[in-house]
Amino acid sequence: MTSPYPILAILGILVVVMTLAAGLIWLERRLLALWQDRYGPNRVGPFGLLQVLADMIKIFFKEDWIPPFADKVVFVIAPAIIVGTVLMSFAVLPIAPGIIVSDLNIGLLFILGMSSIGVYSVVLAGWASDNKYSLLGGLRAAAQMLSYEVFMGLALMGVVLLAGSFQLSEIVSAQRRVWFVVPQFAGFILFLIAGVAETRRLPFDLPEAESELIAGFHSEYSGMKFGLFFVGEYLGVILISSLITILFFGGWMGPVLPPIIWFVLKMMFFICFFILLRAALPRPRFDQLMSWGWKVMLPLALANLLITGAVALAWG
Amino acid sequence: MRPYTEIYFPVVVQIIIAIAVAAGMVGGSFLLGKKVRNRVKDTPYESGMQPVGSARERFSVKFYLVAMIFILFDIEAMFLYPWAVVYRELKLFAFVEMLVFVVLILSGFFYIWKKGALDWAPESDKKTEPKPLPAEASIATILNRH
Repeated sequence: MTSPYPILAILGILVVVMTLAAGLIWLERRLLALWQDRYGPNRVGPFGLLQVLADMIKIFFKEDWIPPFADKVVFVIAPAIIVGTVLMSFAVLPIAPGIIVSDLNIGLLFILGMSSIGVYSVVLAGWASDNKYSLLGGLRAAAQMLSYEVFMGLALMGVVLLAGSFQLSEIVSAQRRVWFVVPQFAGFILFLIAGVAETRRLPFDLPEAESELIAGFHSEYSGMKFGLFFVGEYLGVILISSLITILFFGGWMGPVLPPIIWFVLKMMFFICFFILLRAALPRPRFDQLMSWGWKVMLPLALANLLITGAVALAWG
Repeated sequence: MRPYTEIYFPVVVQIIIAIAVAAGMVGGSFLLGKKVRNRVKDTPYESGMQPVGSARERFSVKFYLVAMIFILFDIEAMFLYPWAVVYRELKLFAFVEMLVFVVLILSGFFYIWKKGALDWAPESDKKTEPKPLPAEASIATILNRH
């Protein structure tokens, strides 16, 4: 079911995803403003939409400062890793029938692997900066993302068990009768929390934690290299929202409207949910975050897997 | 079954383009931005304080512990991946096998839990109450003295 023109699909998906990531910066600022009872950017262009363009031009012409005390090669590579790995993950996402770069039979594993490589980005950035805040941020990011990655994979095994495949398009077609959010509600909640932690969004943004670590792993970054971390974060939000849509909410399936519209609608719903989380929740302490991950989420993920197995066995 | 080259070729192309996009963004701003250097700018940012020493110091052993536990549990999770795919075919056999496996994982898990490896702050730290400051050391008296 791979697209007949892979190059066209690649370019199409990349252009749309990058535009969407830039647009999300505007959307997040507007939505946060709405929930915090203020205006947000509304001067540049209609509804402030051109603000993104203005920011992009500005950030490209900012000074590209590489600290003389930093590990220069690693310092430059680190922000490129996060954007690179997330963009690679989009290769296996089935947006609609025929709109997919390559329908790998290990699609889900490919995405989990890419998200593991993404961890390097923040750790290396924190290490290369040779700044105390950055180092603390980088270490926190490593500990947090590793801990939440363990049950991120486990939470998805219920879905794989029901669909009997790692191929994302097959997981979508396995939901023809009922979306997996119904039999796998616990798995959905676990994956959602792990997804927020993996993208380091509030309430799990302890690696950045402006009020205590200044900006954590990207304190020393400026210009477009800082911008890449920013874009990488939004790309991550798009990726996780698309994954939730595909794995738990039937992907492109839905009545009347064309498949691609359904996919975008469901994805946008979760993106807005991510932004609402940022507006609504405070940040926990780091020890709370770690014990929550290991002592609550991991046993729950294992229990969910066993119960799913038992029920699947009983119903044949 | 289509040949692997045909399936993975688009993925390789996507990887190349993704790297090109990331490199292009870094390179583009390197060429466009102006460069001004001075001595104060070239020091690590520490909220206006003079930085003391390098950041590459020793850090808490807790982080190493998390890394070690992660490797153990992630490898154990790895065994569950193929199991989940063939579960429908193996049925009861797969379920019993996995029950044994998960019980083994959980017994190890509760062992390190009881050992305190999952506690970020050690138990002894939590129990000691912070000592109250002696009365003469209150901020008001210090300020008055100077």
